[in-house]
Amino acid sequence: MSFYNEYLEFKNIDFSTFFSKVKKSDILRAIDKDGLDKYDFLALLSPSAEGLLETMAQRAHSLTTRHFGKAILLYTPMYLSNHCVNKCSYCGFNTSNDIYRKKLSLKEIEEEAKTISSSGLRHILILTGESKKASPISYILDAIKILKKYFDSISIEIYPLTEEEYREVITAGVDSVTIYQEVYYEDIYDRIHISGPKKNYRFRLDAPERACSAKMRGVNIGSLLGLWDWRKEAFFIGLHAEYLQSKYPDVEISISLPRLRPHTGSFDEIYPVDNKALVQIMLALRLFLPRAGITISTREEESFRDNLIPLGVTKMSAGVSTEVGGHSSKTKSDNQFEISDKRSVEDIKKMLLSKGYQPVLKDWMHI
Amino acid sequence: MIVNGKEMDFGKITILKLLENLNLGVNKVAVEVNLEIVPNENYSEYVLSPGDKIEIIRLVGGG
Amino acid sequence: MDKLSIGGKLLDSRLLIGTGKFPNKSIIPRVIESSESKVITMALRRVDLNSQEENILDYIPKDCILLPNTSGARNAKEAVRIARLAKAMGCGNWIKIEVISDNKYLLPDNYETAKATEVLAKEGFIVLPYMSPDLMAAKSLVDAGAAAVMPLGAPIGTNRGLQTKELIRILIDEINLPIIVDAGIGKPSQAAEAMEMGAKAVLVNTAIATAGNPVEMARAFSLSVKAGRMAYLAKAGAQRQYAEASSPLTGFLND
Repeated sequence: MSFYNEYLEFKNIDFSTFFSKVKKSDILRAIDKDGLDKYDFLALLSPSAEGLLETMAQRAHSLTTRHFGKAILLYTPMYLSNHCVNKCSYCGFNTSNDIYRKKLSLKEIEEEAKTISSSGLRHILILTGESKKASPISYILDAIKILKKYFDSISIEIYPLTEEEYREVITAGVDSVTIYQEVYYEDIYDRIHISGPKKNYRFRLDAPERACSAKMRGVNIGSLLGLWDWRKEAFFIGLHAEYLQSKYPDVEISISLPRLRPHTGSFDEIYPVDNKALVQIMLALRLFLPRAGITISTREEESFRDNLIPLGVTKMSAGVSTEVGGHSSKTKSDNQFEISDKRSVEDIKKMLLSKGYQPVLKDWMHI
Repeated sequence: MIVNGKEMDFGKITILKLLENLNLGVNKVAVEVNLEIVPNENYSEYVLSPGDKIEIIRLVGGG
Repeated sequence: MDKLSIGGKLLDSRLLIGTGKFPNKSIIPRVIESSESKVITMALRRVDLNSQEENILDYIPKDCILLPNTSGARNAKEAVRIARLAKAMGCGNWIKIEVISDNKYLLPDNYETAKATEVLAKEGFIVLPYMSPDLMAAKSLVDAGAAAVMPLGAPIGTNRGLQTKELIRILIDEINLPIIVDAGIGKPSQAAEAMEMGAKAVLVNTAIATAGNPVEMARAFSLSVKAGRMAYLAKAGAQRQYAEASSPLTGFLND
C-alpha cells in the first residue's frame, strides 16, 4: 500500500459538484465535530466555508492550544549547497538558471553552525539542492557529524532517499525529514518537472512513507501552494498527512504551507493563493488533523505571519537566509527564493512573548 | 482408552462405533485422538487402540 | 439500510447474538427470529458422557452464519485448537477468538489473541477477535489478518454499557476494519449509542438471554441497532461546544 492508491481514489472525484452542494449546516457540523472524515475536511475547503472562517478560526485556536499549548518552536534553515540537477520550472535552483552555485566546505559548515547556534537556536534544518553528485549522502553524513555538536535536533530537506539511506542518516543523528511533494496533481507535476531525477513522481510521493518506515521521529510534508488549485492541493496534503499519521502513529507528522515566492527565472503558470485562502487551508487542516504540527515559513510577511500564529501554527523559522552560507559567509550564493520576514531570532522571540506565546528553542534531546 | 478424561474399555473399536455406543450423533461432534483432529469422513475406518486419548467436543450455547 | 460486509459476506443485520445463558434452549429460535440477526455465536465444550444434552445447532436457523467462539482458551495455542475443532464440526470458517487467562474480570489477552488470529487467518478462517480496546493491539490484529475487531464495552456479562467509549472511538477512527462492540452492552440504548458512534455492529448475549422476556428484548435490540446506524448515517448535528469569542482571530484579513 502506498498513499498513491489513495491519491488515485480521490483525484477524480467531482470537486466542483461536491463544493456546489456543501451547505452552511454541513460546515458548522464539521467545525463542531470531533474526528472529521475526509469529506468534512473537503467541505471546510469549499468556497461556502469562506463565510465561516472566523468560526473555524475560533475552533482551530482552541484545538491548537489544547494540543500544543501556547508555544512555538523556532528553527532556522541552513543551506549547504545549491547545486541541482533538476529542471523545475518554478525554482531558483533550476539547473539551467545561471546563478552563482556554491557548496559549503566542512569548515564553512562549522562556521555557519557556530553563528546560528550563538543565536540560541537548537533546531536546525539543513537543505541542499538535488544533486547526489555535489551533495552525496557521505557529504550529508559529514555535515551531520559537525552539526550534532551544536544542535539538538537536525532535520534534513534534501533529495528523496531510499529507506536504507533514511536509516543511515537517522543513525548519524537526523531526527526529522522535510520533503514537499510540490504538487500532488500528477499531470502538473510531470509538466513542471522538466527533467532530472525529480521527475519521478512516485519516488517522491513515497519518500515520507519510507522515512516513517525507517523510524524517523518527525516527517514534515507539504506542497508548494500556487502550482495547482489550492482547494484540491490542500485536500491531498491533508489526506497524505492523515494517511501517514494513522499508518505510522510513532512518527510526528507535520505540514508546511509554503506559497510560491518570486525567484530567479520566470514561471507564470501560477494559481493564485491569497491570504484568505492560506488562512482557510490552515484552519481546515487544523480541524481535520488536530495533532499535526503546522509550519509557517519566512516566505510570508511579518504581520501576516504574526496574525497566523493563534490559528494553528506550531513551528516557525527565524533568522532565515536561503543563501548557501548566508548566516556567516561573506561570499554568499544566489538564493532559492526571496524571503519576506527578515527578522532575527531575537525579534521573533520578542514578538511571540508579546503575543503571550512561549518561544521554544529546544524541546527534546538525544540520550 | 481415555474418553473425555474417563477410562473406558471398548477393545479395538472404530470412532463411528464408539460414538454409537455413547449415543452421540456423528454430525454433531468433533473428535480428537491424541490431540489430532480426525475428519468426520474417517470415523468409520479409524480404529482406536487401547491407550488412545480421545476428546469428543460439541457445541453449546455461548456468546 | 446499508449492509455490513465482513469476510466477503454482506449482512443485513448489524446485531450479532450469542446463545449462552438462556433459561431454556427452546426459546432461542424465537429470539433469533425477533432479533433478525444472521450471525450467531456459540461455544465448544467436551461432551458430558453422563447426561444427554440437546444440540444447540438444532435451534439455529440454517441461513445463519455460525460464529463459534474459542472460550475456554487461555492462550493462542488452545484458541487455535478450538477453532480447528469447530471447523471439523462443520461450523464453517468463521471464528470468534476469545483468549482469557484472567478469571476475575474475564478480560481478554490481546497479545495471545493476535498470535491466534495470525495462525487462523493464514489457515483461511474469517477471524473476529474479541479484545480489550487498545489501538496498538488493534493494529496488530489488522496486520494479523483479522476480518473485524471486537472491542469490549465493559467486562463480559456485566451489562455496564460502553465504559470504554473513548478507546472504542479511537478504534473506530483509526482502524480500517469493521469495529463490532462485544461484551458489556446491557441495554438497547447502549447498543444505539455504540452504533451512533460509528461501530459497524454489536454483539449481545447476556442482556437478551437474562431479560425477563428475551424475545421482546431481542426485538428491542434489533430496533435500537437499526436506529443507531440510521442516526450515524444521517450525521447527527454536533453540539456546539464553545461560544464564539468576542475577539476575532481573522479580522486582519479585512484590513
